[in-house]
Amino acid sequence: MKHTIGVLVENHFGVLARVSGLFSARGFNIDSLAVGETEDEKVSRITIVAHGDDRVVDQIMKQLNKLIDVIKVVNLTGEDMIDRELVLVKVLAPASTRSEVMQIVNTFRAKIVDVNSKALAIEVTGGESKIDAMLELLRPYGILEVVRTGLIAMSRKAELTASQKNPVIEKDDTALKAKKPAAAAASKKPKVKV
Amino acid sequence: MKLTGAQILIRSLEEEGVDYVFGLPGGAILPTFDALYDSKLKFILVRHEQGATHMADAYGRATGKPGVCMVTSGPAATNTVTGLATAYMDSAPLVCITGQVATTAIGSDAFQEADVMGITRPVTKHNYLVRDVNDITRIVKEAFYIARTGRPGPVLIDFPVDVSRATAEFDYPKDVSIRGYTIPSEGDPAAIKKAADLINQAKRPCLYVGGGAVGSGAHKEVFELVEKTGIPITTTVLGLGIFPEDHPSSLRMLGMHGTVYANYSVQQSDVLIAVGARFDDRVTGHVAKFCPHAKIVHIDIDPASISKTVRVDVSVVGDVKPVLRQLNKLVKDRRKEIKPWLDQIAEWKAKHPLKFKSNDNVLRQEMVIAKVGELTKHEAVVTTGVGQHQMWTAQWYGFKAPRSMLTSGGLGTMGYGLPSAIGAQLARPNETVVCFDGDGSTQMTLCEMATAAYYKIPVKLFILDNSHHGMVRQWQELFYRHRYSGSQLGASNPDFMKLADGYGVKAIKIRTPAELEPGIKEALAHKGPVLIHCVVAQEDNVFPMVPAGHALDQVMDMA
Repeated sequence: MKHTIGVLVENHFGVLARVSGLFSARGFNIDSLAVGETEDEKVSRITIVAHGDDRVVDQIMKQLNKLIDVIKVVNLTGEDMIDRELVLVKVLAPASTRSEVMQIVNTFRAKIVDVNSKALAIEVTGGESKIDAMLELLRPYGILEVVRTGLIAMSRKAELTASQKNPVIEKDDTALKAKKPAAAAASKKPKVKV
Repeated sequence: MKLTGAQILIRSLEEEGVDYVFGLPGGAILPTFDALYDSKLKFILVRHEQGATHMADAYGRATGKPGVCMVTSGPAATNTVTGLATAYMDSAPLVCITGQVATTAIGSDAFQEADVMGITRPVTKHNYLVRDVNDITRIVKEAFYIARTGRPGPVLIDFPVDVSRATAEFDYPKDVSIRGYTIPSEGDPAAIKKAADLINQAKRPCLYVGGGAVGSGAHKEVFELVEKTGIPITTTVLGLGIFPEDHPSSLRMLGMHGTVYANYSVQQSDVLIAVGARFDDRVTGHVAKFCPHAKIVHIDIDPASISKTVRVDVSVVGDVKPVLRQLNKLVKDRRKEIKPWLDQIAEWKAKHPLKFKSNDNVLRQEMVIAKVGELTKHEAVVTTGVGQHQMWTAQWYGFKAPRSMLTSGGLGTMGYGLPSAIGAQLARPNETVVCFDGDGSTQMTLCEMATAAYYKIPVKLFILDNSHHGMVRQWQELFYRHRYSGSQLGASNPDFMKLADGYGVKAIKIRTPAELEPGIKEALAHKGPVLIHCVVAQEDNVFPMVPAGHALDQVMDMA
């Protein structure tokens, strides 16, 4: 089964290696991984998509939680979540087929970001099914190159679900205060427009 | 006044109450060793960095306080990997400081450079690269905190030489604040209530207790639980000593080389209460066939241990000691209700005792271990290497006190014995420390004999010499048609007596059962380190044995 896991981490060097290392140590392939700063520059958010047995994923989430640099882990799978990916596609579009390709671009509310006499570069954002559908339609015209950012995702809820939180026993106020930006990150509206 | 990074590091170790540092100097750590020269910290110079990590590990296991080792960069740091992995698998608190090339040279393949952060990431609880002299105190404070709290483990600090030369004010922090690190403590009362309900209704309950209970310092609570309920108790190899094995409720050790009655009890139980144990494959045997009739209660500080290999019915995530304190208030005396079960266990005990052959005037490892147990009143601190002698030690020493069995249970690191005995002896100077080691295992770290000799550390090293890698030979005899591929040491073994002499260590040879008692007494009476070379039967096997991949009650018992 496919799992989308959100991980809030300290924005330190080497943290990504710790996180990805947990997957590789268990022979577990990561389908996609996207990392970026949150609104708090000291916190990064990693979104990982991976296929796997629920039990293995459960174990990986627990192990992720144990990492000192990991602040919070959420399995967004089955959640009411917003997920988006940005994809750049370079597709053959000579004069004979250009208008057809542009129609597909319009249908998917994608954008043309570069044009030359032979090809178009298209930028599209969306969830997995939208991206797949568009790539499928473009395929017959000759896709030259596809670059994907990997999925990013967040829950629609105002806060992360309590049951998915770290079993947190706050040690002091500083830790409590530090927790807040993490929660805010989850409640912020998606940057990518629908 | 400003101090150098090296001075700050050493001062920080002093602030943490460190007394011993085990290690070996070299290029990138020289400024720090220079600062150590002025310090009140006692330094123990080892012969190989693996030894330093085992010493620090054993110091940690023997006291609960993180042991400390300090070595240089590159090959020294990579030599610590086995020791770190050993400590990590067995949750031993340890802080390891490695020198590193200057921050400006990192990544340039400089002399004695290794990616220590990358190499040690999977074998440490956490690791740090110090990039700023102003971070040293915080990092040291955090490292010790992380190493000893929660599920303990090794923490490594990689310390570049330029940072050790930079200067800053020394101001040691009083508190630690790590937002991503939380320690489960008390346990959820609702879950503890559920566990108590299960225990109070069980007809065939069994306690299975591991190293987590030892680490938590919960021996009194474990004892109280058994005394109050009358429930029989078995322990893992790392749990040995948490409960006195001469107590009628003790089933001794379970698992691959556990007692038949412990394994039968676990398999037939209807409620299994796992306490600070992690369902290792050497304990469970065939996982799918493990404990088929039981509801399982699991008390552990590590949420990731819950349902990792065996699915449990009730889990309590918390520190064993406070959890058991709450549980003990809720459980009842079950002796009457479970009498048929206790009778059954008594029958198994009578029918399948641990035994060894003793009527042929051949010296056997079991005899040596049992006799040392008797003569040390089962109160020595015992360390072992890995192999047959380790399992026989687990079976025959007769442990009574917590933190008295130090052995590499998880990683199975041959060579753990002698250095860990040295670490344990320094941690507990007034106690007798005995190491049982094999002729194969001991040669992996035998160089530390020099360390014991130089510092006059009075460890008693019993080399149980059967001229083989005995456990390997046993498996080859049983499962590989007696084809002893690579397991015979025989004539290639050194003369251990001369070796001891070369190190200036007292040596005693024991060849027959008659020489045993006087030999052991002489060794125990000697003030300094002693090597006791015991020439034992060459082709004995450790039984009972549950072959790998079999259910726990499919026991081979040919002893």
